[in-house]
Amino acid sequence: MLPLFAALVAVSTAILIFAGGMVTSTGSGLSVPDWPNTYGWFMFSFPVDKWVGGIFYEHSHRLIASTVGFLILTLAFWLWRAEPRAWVRRLGFLALGAVILQGVLGGITVLWYLPDPISIAHASLAEIVFCLTVTIALVTSSGWRQGYAAGLPDDRVLQKIAVATTATIYVQILLGATMRHTGAGLAIPDFPLAFGHVIPPHWDEKIAIHFAHRVGALCVSAMVLATAGHALYHHFGRIELRRPAILLLALVSLQITLGALTVLSGRQAIINSCHVVTGASVLVTSLVLTLRAYRARFDEGALGVRAPRIPRGPRRLSAHAGAGARA
Amino acid sequence: MVSAIPRPLLAVLVAAATLAAACGGGDKPQQQEAPKVVSNPVDPATAGSVMGHVTLLGKPPANDPIKTKSDPNCKVAISTQSYMVGTDGSLANVFVYVKDGLGNRVFPVPAETVVLGQKNCQYEPHVLGIQVGQTLDIISSDPTLHNVHGGTRDTSNQEFNYGQPTPGVKNQHTFSTKEVLYPFSCDVHKWMGAFIGIVDHPFFAVTGADGAFSLKGLPPGTYTVEAVHEKLGRQTQTVTIGEKETKDVAFTFKI
Repeated sequence: MLPLFAALVAVSTAILIFAGGMVTSTGSGLSVPDWPNTYGWFMFSFPVDKWVGGIFYEHSHRLIASTVGFLILTLAFWLWRAEPRAWVRRLGFLALGAVILQGVLGGITVLWYLPDPISIAHASLAEIVFCLTVTIALVTSSGWRQGYAAGLPDDRVLQKIAVATTATIYVQILLGATMRHTGAGLAIPDFPLAFGHVIPPHWDEKIAIHFAHRVGALCVSAMVLATAGHALYHHFGRIELRRPAILLLALVSLQITLGALTVLSGRQAIINSCHVVTGASVLVTSLVLTLRAYRARFDEGALGVRAPRIPRGPRRLSAHAGAGARA
Repeated sequence: MVSAIPRPLLAVLVAAATLAAACGGGDKPQQQEAPKVVSNPVDPATAGSVMGHVTLLGKPPANDPIKTKSDPNCKVAISTQSYMVGTDGSLANVFVYVKDGLGNRVFPVPAETVVLGQKNCQYEPHVLGIQVGQTLDIISSDPTLHNVHGGTRDTSNQEFNYGQPTPGVKNQHTFSTKEVLYPFSCDVHKWMGAFIGIVDHPFFAVTGADGAFSLKGLPPGTYTVEAVHEKLGRQTQTVTIGEKETKDVAFTFKI
């Protein structure tokens, strides 16, 4: 039941990110001026017939966020009671702390009239919360616990490019959040060119942010191609790597399409929000691929399971020590 | 008594007090000669006026009907109000004021309040004026929720956001510095917008449907008069009035 519940929490986090995207896309961030109350009502007793205009998006985002917060609280408690691996239990508490901080950031950004740094931090931390819930869902799954293709050696190249790809995607999402919250989403109004040129013929701060996000998309695409290509070419038989690699390629294609449509549609709210949640999905898919690439390392007992102390000696010897403890 | 306080806490308190004292030194007012002010500056016996008219040349965009379906409580059909133009080109909702020429005169803040209403899910009036320090009453008459979002992160006056959940709710607000124009919005109803001209004297007006304005009670002198429209921008003219003199000024915006 725990793996299923963890997966439910991860999916609910994705829904929350979509709801948050709708708040920004519809410009409804300040439609409920108070926090944590809603127009003076206790949040959960705010009448449904008053969910009008921008309030619908902002208030439903708050309710979904509260639900996700409660689910993560339950997950952390469940892990604390039932999970034997200390590092997984710690992940649960980390997710709980992150989602609480996320709620506070959401409240502050409303009370302070959406200052860019707070709003961007709110968007960025949302991705971290999503990564944490997906990680918990992954490491509590039966596939992970059984060790997938146990006994196969680490692929250091895959590990390195997968980490780099995940990091690049996160940076790209930070750029996207900055673009959204500084109102630069349509700073370059055409696509794929920029004002009819490959490089924008004139520049200001918003154009620079927007163009950086487009360049970031190219970098992410190249990194994803490299990572997924490597995984598929060298590990096609390993289903735990093949699946996220194929999904990653599909999601990146979808994400670029949505990005183009966001610009060409003049930031239509649903398209724009789909772009946000697909970006988050690209990130966690890359994270899953990365973690699975490192799966064998988790058997070495480095994260919470006490491994026998390795005597000091030549580095190449210690690199092979400690294998055998199951994570 | 002091000995009862834990040493680390005492150290923090001392450090905080020292820091506060050090920072406080930076707030000392600089020795600058204050501008010479003249209160009660207008002699009615010599005051003149500026009368005028604002016209738009060219065909303005239509004031499109607003889709209000996101709130079932907004039932009355409404349209945008950016270009209120008469058949003769008279342009309404233009804020006209004395931008320069009043010197160091300081004018009393009126006791009466200015009202910004919300009716049929629109601000009413769409453009208005107020003096710095004068009270603005913001009232909702609508059977729905509004948030009164004043300003932006770029405005000189502070941004604010009042929730008005029921009809009859009133918020009062004053502005601290002059600013033309300061915007209002409603994040519940994205189509709602209004503008207020904030000045530090009583010589301002908003053109009506006939495009006319008048700035009365001006002391003799030379003034810069500015006309500001939310979409069409700003125009200025210089005018000199003598004792009890009335001068005509015409502004023409083009589209």
